[in-house]
Amino acid sequence: MFGDEEIKKIKKNTKDWEKNDYFPHKKKHPERKENFKNLSWNEIKNVYTPEDIAHLDYEKDIGLPGKFPFLRGVHPTMYRGRLWTFRQFSGFGSAEETNERYKYLLEHGETGLSVAFDYPTLYGYDTDHNLSRGEFGKCGVAISSLKDMEILFNGIPIDKVTTSMTINGPASIVWAFYIANAENRKIDRRIIGGTIQNDILKEYIAQKSFIFPPEPSMRLIVDTFEFGYKEIPRWNTISISGYHIREAGSTAVQELAFTVGDGIEYVKWAIKRGLKIDDFAPRLSFFFNSHNDFFEEIAKYRAARRIWAKELKKLGAKKPRSLLMRFHTQTAGCSLTAQQPEINICRVTLQALAAVLGGTQSLHTNSMDEALALPSEKAVRIALRTQQIIAEESGVSYTPDPLGGSYYIEWLTDKMEEETYQYWDRVEKLGGVIPAIEKGFYQREIAEAAYKYQREIDKKQRIVVGVNEYQMDEPINIPLLEMDEKGEHRQINRLNKLRKDRNNQKVNRNLSKLEKAAKGEENLMPYILDCVHSYATLGETCQVLRDVFGEYEEPAIY
Amino acid sequence: MEHRIRVLVAKPGLDGHDRGAKIVARALRDAGMEVIYTGLHQTAEMIVESAIQEDVDVIGLSLLSGAHMTLFIDVADLLKKKKISDVIVIGGGIIPKKDVPKLKRAGISGVFGPGTPCEDIVDFIQKNVKR
Amino acid sequence: MNEISSKVLKGDSRSIARLITLSENNDPKAKMIMKDIHPYTGNAHVIGITGVMGSGKSTLISELSRAYREQGKTIGIIAIDPTSPFSGGALLGDRIRMMELTMDKGVFIRSLGTRGMLGGLASSVYDVVEIFDASGKDIIFVETVGVGQAEVDIIKIADTTLVIIVPGLGDSIQTLKAGIMEIADIYVVNKADRDGVEQTVAEVQSLVDIVCSDKERKTPIIQTISKESKGITELINEIEKHKNFLIETKELQKNRRVRYESELVEIIRKRLMNLIFDESKFKDKVELLINKISQKEIDPYSAADEIIGKILK
Repeated sequence: MFGDEEIKKIKKNTKDWEKNDYFPHKKKHPERKENFKNLSWNEIKNVYTPEDIAHLDYEKDIGLPGKFPFLRGVHPTMYRGRLWTFRQFSGFGSAEETNERYKYLLEHGETGLSVAFDYPTLYGYDTDHNLSRGEFGKCGVAISSLKDMEILFNGIPIDKVTTSMTINGPASIVWAFYIANAENRKIDRRIIGGTIQNDILKEYIAQKSFIFPPEPSMRLIVDTFEFGYKEIPRWNTISISGYHIREAGSTAVQELAFTVGDGIEYVKWAIKRGLKIDDFAPRLSFFFNSHNDFFEEIAKYRAARRIWAKELKKLGAKKPRSLLMRFHTQTAGCSLTAQQPEINICRVTLQALAAVLGGTQSLHTNSMDEALALPSEKAVRIALRTQQIIAEESGVSYTPDPLGGSYYIEWLTDKMEEETYQYWDRVEKLGGVIPAIEKGFYQREIAEAAYKYQREIDKKQRIVVGVNEYQMDEPINIPLLEMDEKGEHRQINRLNKLRKDRNNQKVNRNLSKLEKAAKGEENLMPYILDCVHSYATLGETCQVLRDVFGEYEEPAIY
Repeated sequence: MEHRIRVLVAKPGLDGHDRGAKIVARALRDAGMEVIYTGLHQTAEMIVESAIQEDVDVIGLSLLSGAHMTLFIDVADLLKKKKISDVIVIGGGIIPKKDVPKLKRAGISGVFGPGTPCEDIVDFIQKNVKR
Repeated sequence: MNEISSKVLKGDSRSIARLITLSENNDPKAKMIMKDIHPYTGNAHVIGITGVMGSGKSTLISELSRAYREQGKTIGIIAIDPTSPFSGGALLGDRIRMMELTMDKGVFIRSLGTRGMLGGLASSVYDVVEIFDASGKDIIFVETVGVGQAEVDIIKIADTTLVIIVPGLGDSIQTLKAGIMEIADIYVVNKADRDGVEQTVAEVQSLVDIVCSDKERKTPIIQTISKESKGITELINEIEKHKNFLIETKELQKNRRVRYESELVEIIRKRLMNLIFDESKFKDKVELLINKISQKEIDPYSAADEIIGKILK
């Protein structure tokens, strides 16, 4: 980007500066730390100059927004054309309570919906299963049947607003609930839009809400890709996630490398099935964390886009829509504290800003009570306002990739890309993504990083305000969410009534048909839809698949 | 006499967030304790049976899904039912302060929320084990 | 008879577990109970399992246990993991690989740290075998730390020793430390669905041909895929065959004798170490001698003579 002569001059000047200004000054006024390492333990230098990015070619490596390699953004106009979607992840108790919260959020300016399910639902168990004991509605909404889905979206214009659903093991079934509900409301399946997370690889790696072993899980996922691009064209059939990998303790580089690596694995499986890459790739989406190191996060998103574009091109994708990486971001839950919860608002603001400067398509901002309970109305409203202030008042949306060209940012973007490829080499040597998962490679890397980070905090080498420094013994003074005690009871009654009122012969017939198809190679979505339409419950449908596919047991790594 | 403190670290219920449990297990090991980590999806029966066979001094429960009132108390109740009184039960995760008194009354002797330094847990165990 | 002793003989889990703890801690109370229960030992078949980390020992033990349970046999599993030489603590990570056995009343799993002992075993393992034996367990599995330079002590305690190998994992057979391969009564090639299994079996076979060239019994090689429960029946048959071989040839008595000798040596060693380094009578004298050695006032051999001289007096 700069001529050779110029770089030589800059190099010399920098050396002179170090000799005459930097080191003498440092001697008299020592720096605050021995070295400054970011959250991937990369050392950050005393200054960045054109010398650090001299090897980059503007046209090839950086480019322009909306054009390959999409480093600077996936659309030519970015936020000048359309702001990111304000999409707050939300759900608790029974469908009625969550329905009210969704209406509240939409009223206050949210522009997309995002569903959080409770643990029994995430594992494909109905509320009255014995393993659901004590877990109903505690960390998300309980959905055991199409009836619950109807209540969840009652009075909400799902033909006009898109819905993201964080569901993995039983994703195909819960998606079927959503589709069936739309169909019952006479909404054309070709216009409903949204996302299912449906990313089983990261479940094995980090979040652990898997059900079936890898092969049948991948089969189900490719089934959704196929059904999606043919029947539900506005739907993102997967949200390839790094958020949870990061929350489990990985570094930013690991989050980047493992997530984009997972994405490529999904593409390979779909191609193996015979799908054409340009048919399904446009509907793949991603989901990243936004953690504390401001510039590292921005560099991470940029690197992700560039790597994805290059890799998909290598795999044969031709349509620009196949090459551009769209992603949702959530600010880092694990960075928020139970101590002095109000200051979490400040953390979230910085993290949200990083995501916007990194070009996210959609954003969830955590509430200040993240470490205490599910969000109260007040807390989630403030979180939403945070996004609105960034959007309306800060001016950062006026030009795409405002940090493009920064010596530090371009250097860091490049470094993170380089380290991603290093991780991919190691995974290749282990035999690929799934063998590496079964050997515990990812889990071990994550556990090591988590432990190292915790030790740094315990030794005060990294400061967490309010926790290991600036502590106060102040009682918590913010309202906390209270849930409806009678919700579980209501839900179980509803389930019992449903099981009585429906046509049980039809249900059993559909479940049998699903079982037969699961043993074969057909796409299972139509069979699942039939089960769902006849009001088979989540647990009943999932049990059929459990019986055919078996359950996954993870290797014990720590 | 070479008594080592033996700890069972367990994740009851469906919660799959094991980052904290694994970190605590390692920290306890680094403090000289023998640690058995049970892994995910444990029922109260499985936890107590493991605790009996391993003759642990401490059962450490980790839960971030909000189901602690049911699941932690299940473990404490089962220990009482089996007349096991020389094992202390501690818990960690996302546990609102307002729930702590009820947990303590039920037999959970220490509750360690987010931000707890590992040293605090080590100290508590060393000061409170019954043998 | 001590109250705990009779409870142990009846198979009471809590008493068994408590006695193991007493033994691990070198608690003097253990001695009396071990005296009570020793006459009731000798019936269990002790199976030692050793192999590198990642060879699937725990999964194999799970599968074998399941199969033996179907035959109505009861099981004791001793899972040994290394104690950290720095902190003295240990992450005992075998139980987690066998969790589905936890609720089976006929299976008792105990995790032990090596607590400084070399050889792949824990010092108290002899006691634990006796305790499981006396409490009525038919089969006792001893899972060692893993294969390394010194982890051959398993043969001192096991009636049947299994060495687990995995194709393509770690070094090829030739580079495994001498002695490890020769201790096997049965070789198990696990994860036999992996690439290179034929080569691995061939390498083991040539080793068997050399080592067993003049022996009565040729060490068998069994292939298993423990994750898929394959090869387990064949393996159990070989274990049974070996057990019968030991009984018919009277090798069993010889082996047991070796076990009791090792156990006796271990008990004496512990007592001596305790006497010299822990009990106050000698401890100060020993500290003094070590200082003198450091200052070159006395050499280690003469110092040892002094200590032993005092003990014999």
